[in-house]
Amino acid sequence: MTRRGVLAAALAAALATAAAAQGDGRLSGFAFMGPDTQAMQKDDTANPGMLWVAEGEALWSQPAGQSGRSCASCHGEAAQALPGVAARYPAIDDATGEAVTLDGRINLCRQRNQQAPPLALEGRDMLSLSAFVGHRSRGMPIDPPDDPRLAPVRERGEALYRLRQGQLNFSCANCHDDNAGGRLGAAPIPQAHPTGYPIYRLEWQAVGSLQRRLRNCLTGVRAEPFAYGAPELTALEAYLASRARGMELETPAVRP
Amino acid sequence: MGRALINVPKTARKGEIVEIRALVSHPMETGYRPTGDGRFHPRDIINRFVVTWNGEEIFSADLFPAVSANPYFAFSAIATESGTVAFRWIDDRGGAQVETAQITVT
Ligand code: HEC
Ligand code: HEC
Repeated sequence: MTRRGVLAAALAAALATAAAAQGDGRLSGFAFMGPDTQAMQKDDTANPGMLWVAEGEALWSQPAGQSGRSCASCHGEAAQALPGVAARYPAIDDATGEAVTLDGRINLCRQRNQQAPPLALEGRDMLSLSAFVGHRSRGMPIDPPDDPRLAPVRERGEALYRLRQGQLNFSCANCHDDNAGGRLGAAPIPQAHPTGYPIYRLEWQAVGSLQRRLRNCLTGVRAEPFAYGAPELTALEAYLASRARGMELETPAVRP
Repeated sequence: MGRALINVPKTARKGEIVEIRALVSHPMETGYRPTGDGRFHPRDIINRFVVTWNGEEIFSADLFPAVSANPYFAFSAIATESGTVAFRWIDDRGGAQVETAQITVT
């Protein structure tokens, strides 16, 4: 084999082992990680994100609020809970006609259905519940709803994705479309597909949401990050989900 | 609640080498992280982790601030008799926690 042939074969082998190689050039962040981090994600006894999934499973059947009901009272036992639901978010909440993220949807159930106060976004309980609900869609394709009410939200998200921001004046696309596969310092630049959220990030030493990840990228270009739960972040989430349509969910993924 | 994920095989043959794993939920606060007002978050790490098989110690470790949050332990042991594998760890707040698993040796 020629040297180039060997390289091509090695690259093909590397891509074939990536969890979410699509054949259309789209790759999950998993494909950009070293073999140690990939092994940590793939082994449930070593993936620390599973600690949050286990906590979320315990919270699932714990009554809360004035209703005295648990998530399980309405949605069934943990083993049957909400398969494929995380793969469809953000989605439109029919009661208000507004787009909501999965975390936002969980808080709507807390408030409307449990008569309980909303959980703090990025707090331990919210991350545990969303890790649990996300894990219930693991292995399923990202499947954003064909809801025309989502179209303007995605458009807004795409506009933000292409908007140059911050003192460094970079758009998301400058890094994740124009330079994906390159490096920013030591870190490989992934394609920004939201395939594994919430993730266990080694840098955080904890589980964090997609919004935390997006806020990190915004601070990275020295822009003022949007607040947790801000409509801008919901719009970005909705655009990223449509861009990753059909890719496999890995929740809880491990990322560097 | 979700304090640890323990992995011990349910059954083993006598004399078999089994792999035992534990992933423990803990922030492992090093004591070196500044609070922003010139002080530091107080150190709170798991400082000792001990595993016993029917009361007999088969593994122990002293931990230090360089160990990551949510530490992962994996080691092997020879299956001798059926019984209880107990995992016990102590952190700087002095709290001892225990998780157990049963193994049947035939
Ligand atoms: C200056 C380059 C840069 C810009 C601009 C940038 N990012 Fe990132 N982004 C990165 C790098 C590098 C990583 C991976 C970091 C790591 O692995 O430590 C990343 C990670 C991500 C991920 C995680 C992917 C995964 O596999 O989990 C998402 C999603 C993401 N960025 C979205 C965005 C969005 C949306 C924007 C615009 C608001 C943006 N990024 C702007 C460099 C950038
Ligand atoms: C009193 C019953 C009730 C309780 C308790 C409840 N829910 Fe719900 N949930 C619903 C109903 C009904 C819907 C459908 C949407 C609506 O009408 O609000 C729903 C929808 C959802 C959805 C979106 C499903 C989809 O297909 O898009 C998620 C996610 C969810 N709930 C999570 C939770 C979680 C997590 C808890 C516990 C913290 C919880 N729910 C507690 C009744 C409940």
